[in-house]
Amino acid sequence: MQKETDQTAAQETMYQGQLAEEKIYVASQWQLMWWKFRRHKAALVSGVVLIFFYLIAIFCEFLAPFDPHEISEQYVFAPPQGIHFVDEQGFHLRPFVYGLTPGRDPETFRKIFKVDKERKYPIYFLVYGDPYKLWGVFQMDLHLLGLQDRSGTMYLLGADRLGRDLLSRLLYGTRISLSIGLVGITISFILGILIGGASGYYGGLVDLIVQRVIEFIRSMPSIPLWLALSAALPKEWPAIRVYFGITVILSLIGWTGLARVVRGRFLALREEDFVMAARLAGASELRIITRHLVPSFLSHIIASLTLTIPGMILSETSLSFLGLGLRPPVISWGVLLQDAQNIRALAHSPWLLVPGAVIVVVILSFNFLGDGLRDAADPYSR
Amino acid sequence: MLQYIAKRVVYFIPTLLVISVVSYFLIELPPGDYLTSYLAALESRGQMVDPSVIEGLRRRYGLDQPVYMRYLKWTWNLLHGDWGHSFEWNQPVSKLIGDRVLLTFVVSLGTMLFTWIVAFPIAIYSATHQYSVGDYCFSFLGFFGLGIPDFMLALVLLWIAYANFGADLSGLFSEKLVGAPWSLAKVADMLKHLWVPLVVLGTAGTAGLIRTTRANLLDELRKPYVFTARAKGLTERRLLLKYPLRVALNPFISGIGYVLPGLVSGATIISVVLNLPTTGPLLLRALMSQDMYLAGSFIMMLSTLTVIGTLISDILLGWVDPRIRYE
Repeated sequence: MQKETDQTAAQETMYQGQLAEEKIYVASQWQLMWWKFRRHKAALVSGVVLIFFYLIAIFCEFLAPFDPHEISEQYVFAPPQGIHFVDEQGFHLRPFVYGLTPGRDPETFRKIFKVDKERKYPIYFLVYGDPYKLWGVFQMDLHLLGLQDRSGTMYLLGADRLGRDLLSRLLYGTRISLSIGLVGITISFILGILIGGASGYYGGLVDLIVQRVIEFIRSMPSIPLWLALSAALPKEWPAIRVYFGITVILSLIGWTGLARVVRGRFLALREEDFVMAARLAGASELRIITRHLVPSFLSHIIASLTLTIPGMILSETSLSFLGLGLRPPVISWGVLLQDAQNIRALAHSPWLLVPGAVIVVVILSFNFLGDGLRDAADPYSR
Repeated sequence: MLQYIAKRVVYFIPTLLVISVVSYFLIELPPGDYLTSYLAALESRGQMVDPSVIEGLRRRYGLDQPVYMRYLKWTWNLLHGDWGHSFEWNQPVSKLIGDRVLLTFVVSLGTMLFTWIVAFPIAIYSATHQYSVGDYCFSFLGFFGLGIPDFMLALVLLWIAYANFGADLSGLFSEKLVGAPWSLAKVADMLKHLWVPLVVLGTAGTAGLIRTTRANLLDELRKPYVFTARAKGLTERRLLLKYPLRVALNPFISGIGYVLPGLVSGATIISVVLNLPTTGPLLLRALMSQDMYLAGSFIMMLSTLTVIGTLISDILLGWVDPRIRYE
């Protein structure tokens, strides 16, 4: 009896295996990629992390508890206030922060803050606070978190040198810093596909010239070039134009890597049998390119795009950090880190480095995600 | 081989020419003519400028001539060792740059050596002990090293040193030796300060190098010739050192080409954070104040360094790996 069950179980697994195999045969390319990608756990987690960050970028006005530009002289460099659930009376379901009393150190005259355990400010979900315009369109004043008692303060990540709420600034900065990567990558993508495609498809003289130009651009030292170009942006430009100026400058170098990948793919695929088959079947050039060539290397392009974005984000951060990129009042991670340049301020208020930690998380996530996508881009390899 | 070198050198010359055009373009890029803005700045400080000096400057830079003439003049002067005149410092550019270039070179070279010394043994260990605990640790550190922006690393180092030990790690010399002439004591002092920029600048490079070398070495180790050699009874040590390692060395060599320019340009940001007396902070200042002759000359020189680095690495690669020559 026991033996029989074993046998049926074995048959069952065999049958299952065959089913799985058949599933692989009929699965589409994208499905295969997804299955392969799923196995790369770090990439999967990174993907979720990045989706989370982009959601923050989209809804930053609503998520930020305060107006990121609101200055408060009293609370310059106020330390982060912890969220508490437990006080002398025991556990409370509703979290609260203790009051913060600004004062001065009698000897050094430095500003210090005392936690006042007498005053307690409960934190509420969905409170009405500083007004804002969601996506610049909808007039709103609803915030995800906040205090109903406006006399209290809630600096969850501390305050900066002007007493502005660092958490709110960080959330707003996420929008700028993450979107600059996407906009830059879009420009690089278009340039790379067009120029690299032309170079790979036509070959000959076009290819030679494009290759020389790419080699030349890549031989220039990138950071000094970026610095020089951003320094040349007129000082009186409005913030939005500076933003696009910076993205264009960053893409000027970014497209070269992509163009190389596209060209290589074009050269390799041009000779493939399925292209020949399509040609024999009478497909037009345009149809061959858009229906046969592009889909077969699109996955590679997406993978290499993902690996280019962190470079863009880092470059923007570095430029702004040096004061040559985005300038206040625009908020980006680089602009936030400018405050951390002063090592003495940093020693007294280490929370200024929090944007840096966020940058590291995002960059690492992009790297892992890109790694996973690159492995998954070729689902037929083992 | 000679033919290959000759081909590379011939490529070198037009590249330099294009670089000079780009550099000059950068000089001309800011709106308005620099002499005018310079004069405006002087006048706003209440200084009167002698008209004959202005006339002299105007003639010297050929501001009354069309752009291409100015470019030719600039290149011509460059070839004769006249790098132009810094408006902000009121000094010849070559004098301002000289010392800093030397220090930049010292820092870059030191970083390169640091990168190699650290990356080489780790890469071999990781490849020969794939999926061991050590390999995983190094891989994780490598990912971290690539992910953390180097200026962040510098900031964190500075902060930890300052907050815990009250030590100021910035700069390349002790305070009392900054202005002193070169001496043995000053060199020793510099070596003592040098490790901070080396670690900060070298981290990303080391991580990248470990990754590529490890991958290359793993590919090589799976090839049939390795099995043959092992079957013939070669010791593991000799087997590793004799062939696979030599092939896997390529990234080290080609690294030179990227290391030199990469360091020079990467050092720009780090030296601002660490307050190093290298080219970075001066370039940044020149750009901020639109002191374009200084900035243009910097770009020209950094780019030339880049191209020379690539040239050297191309020649070395052709020497180490003959397959490359015949491509």
